[in-house]
Amino acid sequence: MRLLGDDILTEEGEFIINMGPQHPSTHGVLHLKIWLEGETIKRVQPHLGYIHRSIEKMSESLSYRNFIFATSRMDYLSAHMNNEACALAVEQGLEVEVPQRAKVIRTLMAELTRLSSHQLWWGCTGLDLGAVTPFFYAFREREAIMSIMEETCGARLTQNYMVPGGVMADLHPDFQKHTKEVLTQIKDKLHEYDEVLSGNVIFEQRTKGVGFLSKEDAISYGCTGPMARASGVSCDIRKLKPYSAYDQVQFEEILDTGGDCYARYMVRMAEMKQSVSIIEQLIDNIPEGDFQAKTKNVIKLPKGEFYQRVETARGELGVYLVSDGAASPYRIKYRSPNFSNLSALPHMAKGAKIGDLVAIMATIDLVIPDIDR
Amino acid sequence: MKPLLAISFSSLANSFHQWLTAMFANDMAVMVTEMVVVGISLIVFLVLLSFFLGYMERKVAAFMQIRLGPNRVGPKGSLQIVADTVKLLFKEGLTPDNADKFLFNLAPFIMVITSMLVVAPIAFARDFQIWDISIGVLYVSSVSSITVIGILMAGWSSNNKYSLLGAMRSGAQIVSYELSIGLSLISIVVLSGSLSLGDIVNSQVNGWWIFKGHIPVVIAFIVFIIASTAEINRAPFDMAEAEQELTAGFHTEYAGMKFAMFLLSEYINLFVVSAIAATIFLGGWMPLHIGNWQAFNQAMDYIPSSLWFFGKTFTIIFIIMWFRWTFPRLRVDQLLNLEWKYLLPISMVNVILVTVMAIMGWHF
Repeated sequence: MRLLGDDILTEEGEFIINMGPQHPSTHGVLHLKIWLEGETIKRVQPHLGYIHRSIEKMSESLSYRNFIFATSRMDYLSAHMNNEACALAVEQGLEVEVPQRAKVIRTLMAELTRLSSHQLWWGCTGLDLGAVTPFFYAFREREAIMSIMEETCGARLTQNYMVPGGVMADLHPDFQKHTKEVLTQIKDKLHEYDEVLSGNVIFEQRTKGVGFLSKEDAISYGCTGPMARASGVSCDIRKLKPYSAYDQVQFEEILDTGGDCYARYMVRMAEMKQSVSIIEQLIDNIPEGDFQAKTKNVIKLPKGEFYQRVETARGELGVYLVSDGAASPYRIKYRSPNFSNLSALPHMAKGAKIGDLVAIMATIDLVIPDIDR
Repeated sequence: MKPLLAISFSSLANSFHQWLTAMFANDMAVMVTEMVVVGISLIVFLVLLSFFLGYMERKVAAFMQIRLGPNRVGPKGSLQIVADTVKLLFKEGLTPDNADKFLFNLAPFIMVITSMLVVAPIAFARDFQIWDISIGVLYVSSVSSITVIGILMAGWSSNNKYSLLGAMRSGAQIVSYELSIGLSLISIVVLSGSLSLGDIVNSQVNGWWIFKGHIPVVIAFIVFIIASTAEINRAPFDMAEAEQELTAGFHTEYAGMKFAMFLLSEYINLFVVSAIAATIFLGGWMPLHIGNWQAFNQAMDYIPSSLWFFGKTFTIIFIIMWFRWTFPRLRVDQLLNLEWKYLLPISMVNVILVTVMAIMGWHF
């Protein structure tokens, strides 16, 4: 197979190294071809496709109830939000009113997922920069969230809790109690995160001014999520086009103008606090009622196109659903946040050192299966 | 001639020497036998020590990382490292196809040999020293810098770009940080007036240099700890094997026992630099003596000198491990900045301060 860009020869003094598909800091099977001059990066070229499972094509032969769960395997760290996006798209076609209780449950779960995802990201960022200890601190809190997921959804990572019209089952009776315990724990421990990593001189040196992405570039590369917000682009779908219960809660859209790795880091750290606050606002106000709207066993959408955006932990996930009136989608297209965010990597990494590339990769927060789908 | 085995660690060594002299009429034969005996016991000691350090590192890491660490093999997991060594022994020792086979296989040995050589002039306890060479400090700093050749050899011969990058980083790093180490050692040489490690320890009989030498010696001590952490390639200065950047740096291509030898040399180096820091700044085996407090000094003398030495050494080892499990890694250019822009000027000024102090007799 001829890979793209193989015909570009190295200049005098340059050499190519292949980072990945098996490499400790690519967090999966991403393959980066790097043109180096000494330690300085001249060019980076991401090669994709190592984990392409044709989720979009598969969905065309799955029913509207089932295709949702294939998306758990895309961005597996925000499995819940992916499912939510699909469920919302189907509901849009069905024009079914989701019960208030289901909306709140969805938002609660989505924010818990966001917290756990950001915690894993924080641990991995430390790991990528050579500090192993944060990883274990992050997993301590993440583990508690995972147990809540397990209790209510029956699964820890790919929760598969969404169905068109609501959620699959009611909350576990202990959900509120345990969630409050986790919130207390997280609020108690978040300052440890700052002490271990954020305030560290070496960490600041490694991230400040590294991997700069200007506002214009962020927009033109189509970056979304914390990455774009760190460059000053206001793009939080939860604010711009509220879905589920986001119109009922008060929270801030975290913006930073730094545009470097440190800004991206700080945005995510602040987002964790916002997520905690969103959960706090909702946890005592879960309305009574149904957790699922009544839908037919075999769902058929009317002919037409439906588009739904949600804010996952990594940015904007768009679900474009085309229906021809049959029992399964005619065409599904996912606009995944990681793919667009990755496209800015070659731009940011130009002129950086190898160590910087690792820092940039860490703060883009890539989940590789979401890139290939 | 003066016996090479200057271990008058009790009558044992002397009687052994006398027994050997009686056995072989030839001086040469006595010396060779002693060398072999000392060499083998040193190797056994260092290997056991590095086993212990490996175990300690895992337990310290676990302690820092709110987990238990090894706890299955043997009591409290203490035999885990033995199990790992056995595993590594049975692994296939791969040599890459296009590697320079001779250098590739030689490099681990150079690493281990140099790190073991440095142990020679270190005094483990009162009168327990393998070789009290008169230029001990010079010997230590020159022999320990041979390590860089081993690393470069491993990186170059592996025929792997990651290895080469790691080796080049490490070359730049070790050569730069050698300067700071040398300068901070010199400050104590200036104060004690001798290059011999035995004399340096003896000069601390009425107090360790870190207490006697005011702030300049404290600075020299801190510089020494930072620079020697960099010199032995440990985090946060582990550029050469930066896992997340270069997979495993210069030993990417090594497997099995050859890889284990790199680990062995890493742990011996860790012990050596800590032992030297303890000897130079913290009095080596010398108990804590304070000026003219006779009663206190005598009470301190009851604690065996080997305990003093190992206590100090392991305190420093713990601190260096603490660094590793706390800090993120520096970037390679920041690493060199730290040396050339901060540590080196600081230690140069510091040496001048110490010299002035020594001339004026301001230290205790």
